Amino acid sequence: MTRNTINVLIGGEAGQGLVTIGEILTKSVARSGYSVVVTQSYQSRIRGGHNSFAIRMGADEVIAPQEAVDILVPLDKDTVRIHREELSPWGLIIMDEALDIADDQGIKVPFKQWAPDKFLNIAALGVVSYLIGLDEELVSQTMNKFFDKMDQETVKENRLVLEKAFRWTADQPLSFQKLPRVSHASDRLVMNGNEAIALGALSAGLKFYSFYPMTPATSIAVNLAGKSEKMGIIVEQAEDEIAAINMAIGASFTGAPSMVGTSGGGFALMTEGVSLAAMTETPIVIVVSQRPAPATGLPTRTEQSDMELVLHSGHGEFPRAIFAPGTVEECFYLTRKAFELAERYQGPIFILTDQFFADSYRAIDPFDIEDMSPVNPSYALTSSSSPYRRYAFTDSGISQRMLPGISKHLVVADSDEHSEDGHITEDLTVRQRMVEKRLKKGEGIKAEVLPPQLQGDEKPDMVLVSWGSSKGAVLEAASQMRSNGKRIATLHFTQVWPLVSEQFSEHLQKTRELVCIEGNATGQLARLIRRETGVLIAKQVLRYDGLPITPEYILRKLCSN
Amino acid sequence: MVTISDYGKYDTTWCPGCGNFSILEAMKQALVARGLEPHQVLFISGIGQAAKAPHYLNANVFNGLHGRSLPVATGAKLANPELTVIVESGDGCSYGEGGNHFLAAIRRNIDVTLLAHNNQVYGLTKGQASPTSDEGFITKVQPGGVASAAFNPAVVAVAMHAGFVARAFARLTDNLSDIIQQAIAYRGFSLIDVLQPCVSFNKVNTFAWYKSRCYPLPKDYDPTDWYAAVKTADQWGDRIPVGVIYRNERPPFEEHFPVLSQGPLVGRDVDRMMLKKIMEGYA
Repeated sequence: MTRNTINVLIGGEAGQGLVTIGEILTKSVARSGYSVVVTQSYQSRIRGGHNSFAIRMGADEVIAPQEAVDILVPLDKDTVRIHREELSPWGLIIMDEALDIADDQGIKVPFKQWAPDKFLNIAALGVVSYLIGLDEELVSQTMNKFFDKMDQETVKENRLVLEKAFRWTADQPLSFQKLPRVSHASDRLVMNGNEAIALGALSAGLKFYSFYPMTPATSIAVNLAGKSEKMGIIVEQAEDEIAAINMAIGASFTGAPSMVGTSGGGFALMTEGVSLAAMTETPIVIVVSQRPAPATGLPTRTEQSDMELVLHSGHGEFPRAIFAPGTVEECFYLTRKAFELAERYQGPIFILTDQFFADSYRAIDPFDIEDMSPVNPSYALTSSSSPYRRYAFTDSGISQRMLPGISKHLVVADSDEHSEDGHITEDLTVRQRMVEKRLKKGEGIKAEVLPPQLQGDEKPDMVLVSWGSSKGAVLEAASQMRSNGKRIATLHFTQVWPLVSEQFSEHLQKTRELVCIEGNATGQLARLIRRETGVLIAKQVLRYDGLPITPEYILRKLCSN
Repeated sequence: MVTISDYGKYDTTWCPGCGNFSILEAMKQALVARGLEPHQVLFISGIGQAAKAPHYLNANVFNGLHGRSLPVATGAKLANPELTVIVESGDGCSYGEGGNHFLAAIRRNIDVTLLAHNNQVYGLTKGQASPTSDEGFITKVQPGGVASAAFNPAVVAVAMHAGFVARAFARLTDNLSDIIQQAIAYRGFSLIDVLQPCVSFNKVNTFAWYKSRCYPLPKDYDPTDWYAAVKTADQWGDRIPVGVIYRNERPPFEEHFPVLSQGPLVGRDVDRMMLKKIMEGYA
């Protein structure tokens, strides 16, 4: 709990417009020059239930969500019941006076005097915006941009309600500590993890995306589909996940850089296709956006429990790389990197993300998108040998890739074991060489592995080990422990496969205590590190209740241990 | 000019007398008759004895997973619509493992020809029932006879208003070759269900069994009459009509993608100015 940031939580039923004001507020805060981290928690239903949209904001870089709430905005009574305990000592509850709740931290607002019920969310937006110190004109402009397709009458009404809310709040005797002034309005973007993956893929040269809808991966498809005509790409909703990955493999085979996105259950269906991409040496990028499982699990919550599934997916032995971005910027850059590797090593490359991160908006600086060239396609237009042999043996294991139909050379690919020319074979000597050829590409992938990021004290008493979306929470927890006089370092993995022991095992040995922090119940990264380096990380902070890892959660668990 | 010899001659792993041989010949004839050169054609196949067929001629080939040829073909065709894409696989691959993809391909009307080698039995795995096995067909794993009703691909395809639906008999090679040519020329999804004997594992639906039943559709048969087509496709038993059963003029799937009006997706640059504008939309 810190007073450098303000955490606003808007709660209510699905369909009450809380995401709308959440997004407008997030954009307004970012445009005012502040940093944000959004946490969305919602139930698997379209109407009713309880959903929340939390925005943590600050003048300095905010990197993690926070459990303590500084401003609670309940659009219904249930929200107060569910989130009252999270309210900080200086926190406020901004509620409709009609809610009939007695609370000494509650501010009763006469929403109904200003406008009909359907403007309740905009009225609440006005009160909160004033309290945290936003400029009314800026909020109004952000709102107008958000509602750009709305009729003029409603736009005017929204504006009027906002104005009333600002004026009313200014007249109240409230001493809430506003965000510190920052000197500049900013051109920062507000983007969540899935949006950054979509943008990164487009920038890398994605031309074909196929999918079957599944939370929390669907928003990648939504983002790409809306831009498909402008960017000259094809987005196709397949009949199932099996079709989705096979379609992408087909499109990649004939020359379109391709990607699929899904979550655990859908990915389980895709796994035979993963093996097919490896055997036919077809480039493909696969995004797995994790949610709690087994089976259907908690469809709209978060977890980091599919790392082992992805690592071992697909029958047989073949090389792969698995990226696990920890910031929205990394979502963008690592997606580009995934396309590079897929093209270079001609096979499946993975991006592991999760619901928390997929839906977590952050304020980021724009990318230098004009200066970023698309990933070099791996195909050649002329053959170095005649007849062309798709799987010619080479030192690196990488064979020249040609595409069917763009030259007179014939391209033959096979899911059966094949000879150099791509035709089915049962020559067991060739079989052995082909296995070695495919695995040889793994050495190249290994040589390019991103080392885990080491931060903090040089001679730490404790090293916190983590991967993927928990990066910010772990860094903040470490920093809080350091401010209490402890010597802490963090070792964060944004690539979880392959692991190159020489890059990090020394860091694990130079400390008294190792703690692995993961969003699963069995410590999958800890187990993988043990397997690959022999280092045992006995202490683990694990979370598997469907909620994201927060700095508070880590500190609580470390204290109680 | 392209000739039969351009498509090559290969040793096969098929049993002597297999219906696949005549299908392979009919295919080569059809490709030559269409004036297609090997590099213009992409064969996609699954797993099974039939799915090996593309290995036995010169062309581009993607021999993928069991049952998954149609999705691969759909992706391949969308990325490069200039290719002639032909799926060749058996009844198990096309109608069993790949059943959902069969329905989806018909709905999309993607410009792909599916040539299904239908011998009403699983050959590569040695004689189990297939989705098209007749009720009562006895195998080692269905000793009491097949209890499920046979899947009739032609009826299902016609019922779904598929673009082009044909049934053929492998040994009527010229008739088959003519149907293949029409299917390739058709812009949209075309199904050719090719009846063929399996000399090793189907002792019921033999060459003689098919030969005595299959008859070409009369010259005045109108394949655009949907109601008549349903009845024709449903004919099975003593008399089995072969030929183009149904066709319509639905636009092919590819036409719904404006990006494809400029040809294949391969080699296209990224419009970075447009992407920058898109990025700025997140402000």
